[in-house]
Amino acid sequence: MLILALAAAAALQAVPPGENPADPYVQSNANADATPFTGKAMLNAFHGRAGIDRIADGLVDRNLRDKRIKEIFDKQDIVRLRRLLKQHFCYILNGGCDYTGRSMKDAHRDMGVQTADMGALIENLQAAMRAEKVPFFAQNRFLAKLAPMKRDILQEHKAKHRPPLQ
Amino acid sequence: MIRCFCLTLALFISVLPQSAEAEEWRDGGKLLLTGGVTSIEGAAGGGLATWAVIAGDETEAGIGGTVHATYIALPDFDLTSYGGAIGFRNRIELSYAHQSFDTRSVGAMLGLGHGFTFAQDVFGAKLRLIGDAVYDQDRVMPQISIGVQHKRANQGAIIAAVGGKQSSGTDVYVSATKVVLSRSLVVNATLRFTKANQLGLLGFGGDKAIKYQPEFEGSAGVLLTRRLLVGAEYRTKPDNLGFAEEDDTYDLFAAWSVARHVALTAAWVDLGNIATVKRQRGAFLSIQGSF
Repeated sequence: MLILALAAAAALQAVPPGENPADPYVQSNANADATPFTGKAMLNAFHGRAGIDRIADGLVDRNLRDKRIKEIFDKQDIVRLRRLLKQHFCYILNGGCDYTGRSMKDAHRDMGVQTADMGALIENLQAAMRAEKVPFFAQNRFLAKLAPMKRDILQEHKAKHRPPLQ
Repeated sequence: MIRCFCLTLALFISVLPQSAEAEEWRDGGKLLLTGGVTSIEGAAGGGLATWAVIAGDETEAGIGGTVHATYIALPDFDLTSYGGAIGFRNRIELSYAHQSFDTRSVGAMLGLGHGFTFAQDVFGAKLRLIGDAVYDQDRVMPQISIGVQHKRANQGAIIAAVGGKQSSGTDVYVSATKVVLSRSLVVNATLRFTKANQLGLLGFGGDKAIKYQPEFEGSAGVLLTRRLLVGAEYRTKPDNLGFAEEDDTYDLFAAWSVARHVALTAAWVDLGNIATVKRQRGAFLSIQGSF
């Protein structure tokens, strides 16, 4: 019965091309763990959805090249990660997207992310935003929405044990 | 006061074994400038003010540290400071600074001799109690630390001659620092209980007052880039000595993270009256290396 229910849930969440199937979970914008901006000023500062997509891709590319945190990302479904990061950023920046990923706590469960990993990722995000020429003050307003996620992203220290997300 | 210092140290040590669980030890991990720069007393902070941030580039999974050299050029004096600090798990900071205050030609005028120099050693310890100045952007709660600075001045005879009561003393402080990322601001407020005359270089307590007094250190800055913080600081000080009025001090500063491990601070400082000589305003230059 349980298997049937899970299979039904999985069928409802069709696997996008190039991605591995994910275990079913309840989708909700509440999973974004951030209150979106209102108005369009931030979206414009990020050059709309095209700019957000470039920044998210730039962030993932940099993380995959960054020896400090490469190990964490090498184990992830990068196609899925790119899609969900774009949604996540777009949702927070009031770009008219829904976030369909897991909550920050669930998405990073047992990954063993440490503060130094978070610092490295923020530096890479700053670099991606600079490459997109997002004004520095707008970058910081965005980072202020992301920073509190640290409490959910960092959990028990299990750095030597980093299973993949799926 | 020594007992207070020991109690505080005991408190620090009791906090040490908090993370017994095995985790990966990491080098660095703090974002640029979020460890502050080095204050003139050797603790992580701004230029004149001590902040709640812990020295070094480390996170809770590592050890970091700083070394610094600071030079303040004033019309009639100059003050130099050098030293270092160790940050342990972004929780505890131990610092040392050696300050020397060259009286140049004023020394001769005061009958001390040309180039007479007052010096002191400052031994500091700081404990981060609560809050995260950088990551807690959804909370009003700042990062709060408490600390002690034990200071030993070298010119006991002169200090006694000008009315100073002791040549060593211990400051205690509580400090709150917050980065307000949504406004690109960094703000700090520190409440320091001290008897120090001119930071301690002219001893502790005096003919006018001998008790601990609450003094305030405030800093506010704006991040213009991730490498550049510009702002202002204000610091009040006791006025214990009858022979020379002591003033509050302020500065306008720019702290620039030149590279990941190097920060330069330049400031315009107004140290007010010092040892009867008025209007000591000048340049503050500091270099800090960190890991």
